[in-house]
Amino acid sequence: MIRYILRRILFLIPVLIGVAFCVFTLLYLTPGDPARMILGDMATENAIKEFRAKEGLDKPFLLQFGNYIYKAITQGDIGRSYITKRPVMNEIMATFPATLKLAAFAIVIAVVVGLPCGILSAIKQYSVFDTLAMIFAMIGLSMPVFWLGLLLILLFSVHLRWLPPSGFDTFKAMILPSLALSAQSISMITRMTRSSMLEVVRADYIRTARSKGQKESVVIWVHALHNALIPVVTLCGLQFGHLLAGAILTESIFAVPGVGRLMVESIKMRDYPVVQGGVLFVAVAFSVVNLLVDLLYAYIDPRIKAQYR
Amino acid sequence: MTDKTNTNTNDNLLLDIRDLTIQYVTDSGTVHAVENLNLRLGRGETLGFVGETGAGKTTTALGIMRLIPSPPGVVRSGKIIFEGEDLLEKSEAEMRAVRGGKIAMIFQDPMTSLNPVMTVDKQIAEMIKLHKNVGEAESLKLAGDMLELVGIQRERMRDYPHQFSGGMKQRVVIAIALACDPGLLIADEPTTALDVTIQAQVLELMKELKRQFDASMLLITHDLGIVADICDKVAIMYAGRVVEYADKRALYTSPLHPYTIGLFNSVPDLDEDKEALNTIPGLMPDPMDLPSGCAFHPRCTHATEECSKSKPPMVEAGPGHFVSCPVRAGLKAQGGE
Repeated sequence: MIRYILRRILFLIPVLIGVAFCVFTLLYLTPGDPARMILGDMATENAIKEFRAKEGLDKPFLLQFGNYIYKAITQGDIGRSYITKRPVMNEIMATFPATLKLAAFAIVIAVVVGLPCGILSAIKQYSVFDTLAMIFAMIGLSMPVFWLGLLLILLFSVHLRWLPPSGFDTFKAMILPSLALSAQSISMITRMTRSSMLEVVRADYIRTARSKGQKESVVIWVHALHNALIPVVTLCGLQFGHLLAGAILTESIFAVPGVGRLMVESIKMRDYPVVQGGVLFVAVAFSVVNLLVDLLYAYIDPRIKAQYR
Repeated sequence: MTDKTNTNTNDNLLLDIRDLTIQYVTDSGTVHAVENLNLRLGRGETLGFVGETGAGKTTTALGIMRLIPSPPGVVRSGKIIFEGEDLLEKSEAEMRAVRGGKIAMIFQDPMTSLNPVMTVDKQIAEMIKLHKNVGEAESLKLAGDMLELVGIQRERMRDYPHQFSGGMKQRVVIAIALACDPGLLIADEPTTALDVTIQAQVLELMKELKRQFDASMLLITHDLGIVADICDKVAIMYAGRVVEYADKRALYTSPLHPYTIGLFNSVPDLDEDKEALNTIPGLMPDPMDLPSGCAFHPRCTHATEECSKSKPPMVEAGPGHFVSCPVRAGLKAQGGE
């Protein structure tokens, strides 16, 4: 198991270097001289030359890239913002807690709502509840998050005046963005849980459990659920990674000071180092979440664990 | 017809199914899975339940366990009298005590009949805890004992089903079934999914344990060889009905029903040098649209006009030898064959 984890972490390295390379190349190819951007229009040619030499910007492309990776690994230094002049790492670390909180809230809502809905839908297949749940899941899946976000603001902030439309400093302010962000995940988890349960309750081992004289509730909640959860856990993990990386729209609509919004703002202001750092950071976060999900997978499915060598 | 075998006297009767009719009601029609089925099983006996796929054998077994999936399954009529009580009258809670405790079932495919995410000792212990008044530790200890009994080392009790071979899994399933010393064991084609060599081992084990536990057994199979090996009585099923029921010896020496004869003829004979196997002409009827009268008459060489008109009753053609074919029973009575 430990060997498996180590191997997975080793595999992460080429993936991240690949991501970094793509982003770095894009940045390199975009017009605009970083030295001029940082020092400003008033800087003298000499000062610019000096800055380029100091930052290694006069070196060949591959050397610059190697330098970037080296600094990133050894010092956690992934460049400086053109605008604020502060290290990109600091900028990201300042905004990441909000994104993490938002994603965590959203995934908790998605699991707490989606899982029971999916189970109930499966147990009471074709019932009124099942039909309603499937209709709502369809709506949740197909409604774009910016549209849903605006509707939520209209209803809860403008008309009812219950919740603030923006910000992320209080618990109340966190409700609307989390809800908007979780809608798609709720729908996907509901549908996946339902179909997974439906498949499992027809399995032979469920019949075996019933033939032992086991109570129907234990058959469903112990035997069926554990097996049905296996694909759902994967989905939840993927969704969480997705929420971490993809909260850009939600953060923009609700003015949540997270990584997504930082990236949108940086793109608008051509603050490329921040964009680059943001993409890299999101890639790391996504990969780490995926690794954790795979490990969790081994925990709930002994057949997978046997393959982790 | 002078002396009836002792299995027909009531005190020795363990299971008595009368007039059982089970249907599956679907949008495209009603499937007549089991029709007016009558079956008797004495204590300590092994009854072979033989028929083609779709004849209604498994439905009958699930009917006894009251595990017919509903919808679409409906028990239309009949009685399933087990140890003097009608199982169809019992409440769900009473039925749970019967399942596993008094009637246990072994399923066809051991690869899928164990929970893949639960260690085998827990799966056996679950059964024990449900029917015996023991704690967690004691139930696990008993589970280990059961594993040893079916020939699996105790050290492997914490393993998961995927760590066992097919034959070993079926041994685990047998251990679960016998864990609470049931009076009746229903085995639904327990060896069909296994290799031939493993089949023999598993059958031998079942035979041995059945004797050791003094249980009765209902063995569902389509293999006449297995029936010859371990059964005392045989019931031949065709299109939801029992068409012949007799002692194994009587059935093998003088089969009466044309379908039974057809089944025996279609068993390949190694001594004969033949190009093609003997088959029964025609196909199993569509269970949604059974032929009138005797369901077998369209395929029967002995069929008379009467056969398509009324459903043939079960007649006792010899001591304990029942057949639902008046034509053949009549021949036998006249000493024709």
